[in-house]
Amino acid sequence: MQTDFAALREDFPILRQKVHGKDLVFLDSAASAQKPRAVIDAMVHVMEAQYANVHRGLHYMSEKTSDAYEAVRDKIAVFINAGSRDEIVFTRNATESINLVAYSWGRSALAPGDAVAVTEMEHHANLVPWQMLRDAHGTELRIIKITDTGEIDWESLEQVFADGRVKLLAVTQMSNVLGTYTPVERLARFAHAHGAKILIDGCQAVVHRRIDMHATDADFFVFSGHKLYGPTGIGVLYAKAEILDAMPPFMGGGDMIASVSYEKSTWAKPPYRFEAGTPAIIETIGLGAAIDYVTGIGLDAIAVHEQTLTEHALAVLPGVAGLRILGAAQDRGGVISFVMKDAHAHDIATLLDRQGIAVRAGHHCAEPLMGRLGVTSTARASFGLYTTLAEIDALAKGLERVGKIFA
Amino acid sequence: MTGLYQDIVLNRTRHPLHAGKPVRFEAQATASSPICGDRVRVYLSPAGMDVHHEAEGCAIMAASADLMASAVLGKNPEMVREISKNFTRVVTTGEADPSLGELNALAGVSEFPSRIGCATLPWRALEEALANV
Repeated sequence: MQTDFAALREDFPILRQKVHGKDLVFLDSAASAQKPRAVIDAMVHVMEAQYANVHRGLHYMSEKTSDAYEAVRDKIAVFINAGSRDEIVFTRNATESINLVAYSWGRSALAPGDAVAVTEMEHHANLVPWQMLRDAHGTELRIIKITDTGEIDWESLEQVFADGRVKLLAVTQMSNVLGTYTPVERLARFAHAHGAKILIDGCQAVVHRRIDMHATDADFFVFSGHKLYGPTGIGVLYAKAEILDAMPPFMGGGDMIASVSYEKSTWAKPPYRFEAGTPAIIETIGLGAAIDYVTGIGLDAIAVHEQTLTEHALAVLPGVAGLRILGAAQDRGGVISFVMKDAHAHDIATLLDRQGIAVRAGHHCAEPLMGRLGVTSTARASFGLYTTLAEIDALAKGLERVGKIFA
Repeated sequence: MTGLYQDIVLNRTRHPLHAGKPVRFEAQATASSPICGDRVRVYLSPAGMDVHHEAEGCAIMAASADLMASAVLGKNPEMVREISKNFTRVVTTGEADPSLGELNALAGVSEFPSRIGCATLPWRALEEALANV
């Protein structure tokens, strides 16, 4: 049965809002997605009917809340086809997930002189933690080049790995600037063949494609709830069980210990070893509802819908006078960055905003990539499951008006 | 929509009167916005308050830099600080200040809170350059 994606817009209350008297055309989902009623209701329900702290109380409310909270761990394990629920660690967001790996695994499994490799199209979240590890621990940070089309330069990848010192490849599965999908299964095979682990930043990809840890053979995979139509404040770290087992804690406190005395404390088993303190209970349950929502529609159906949107945008946007789309990867999704002759990205964003159209403008937390592309900032339109072809046409029309003002 | 992008703003962006690095200057300073990546460098010759700029960023920032250089020409440091203060009030409140002349063209920025920082960025650089004299 064909999904009626236009009808799904009814599930997102915010899409009924007007902005500056115009219908909201929300093309900034790559920064954070809007929330369906199911997520909002699930979070309200927790607070109204089923709330207490988790893993502590011996009373009805705590047990019920713990069950609902832990059920999300099972849900995520199925959602990304992990081997076990114990491989799912709850964090605040993907940034915290990467920092957790850099701090805990990086300082215990890597030795000074080992190298971490990232690509030129990483978000700052998958660059800065490795710089901090380099400066604190003496590891090296290496950069894999991208091609002019915005794809991984395989020759550069091989050069970076040539001396055998790279022990981790940390790579995005989908660029938040160029929309490029990277061939993560092939990259995982490459990393493993060179004695390295692979960390995949799945923030963008997890929203648009079916994710499969077993097929990908990822060692680490991170994503945030808020881009997946869930709430802010909840993120996920997946890591293979044997890797998590060997990792020391990230933060100390309640919930992450086996026993505590003044002389010595011992650590709980994963995933709890990495979840110190009261977690984001309400947000986690909200993320569970978001996963139910997208799996109810089907990631494959979402992928097909968004591919149609992307192809339409790639067809109509170049028709806008003076507009240039950045990147030309063969495998790309619904994240499109562009620049316009004579109109700066911020001016584009402000003028579109007055027409009710929300896009992002700036360096997109990827300053080194901006340098590689020879720009200081871009405007970016990004799509979600609720985006329509008419909204992309509205964007093109809005950009024509911007072009006229600056002509 | 055109309240912000008035002709005077667009003209100063396209055809600035005070852009580029001068041969002689006594002080310089750079201000940049970590949020958007805009950057402006001002070159200052305090005698006659001759200001030039290199603005890399949006139209609002570039126009503001150029209008600033015109507005401060021939003024003393104390007057420049007074103009800067008044200009900040104009772009924050949207109320024109008759003493500011063409700078009032940017009053519309007040309706775009995320862009007020674009208009004031060159002034931050100029204040720092004055402090560097």
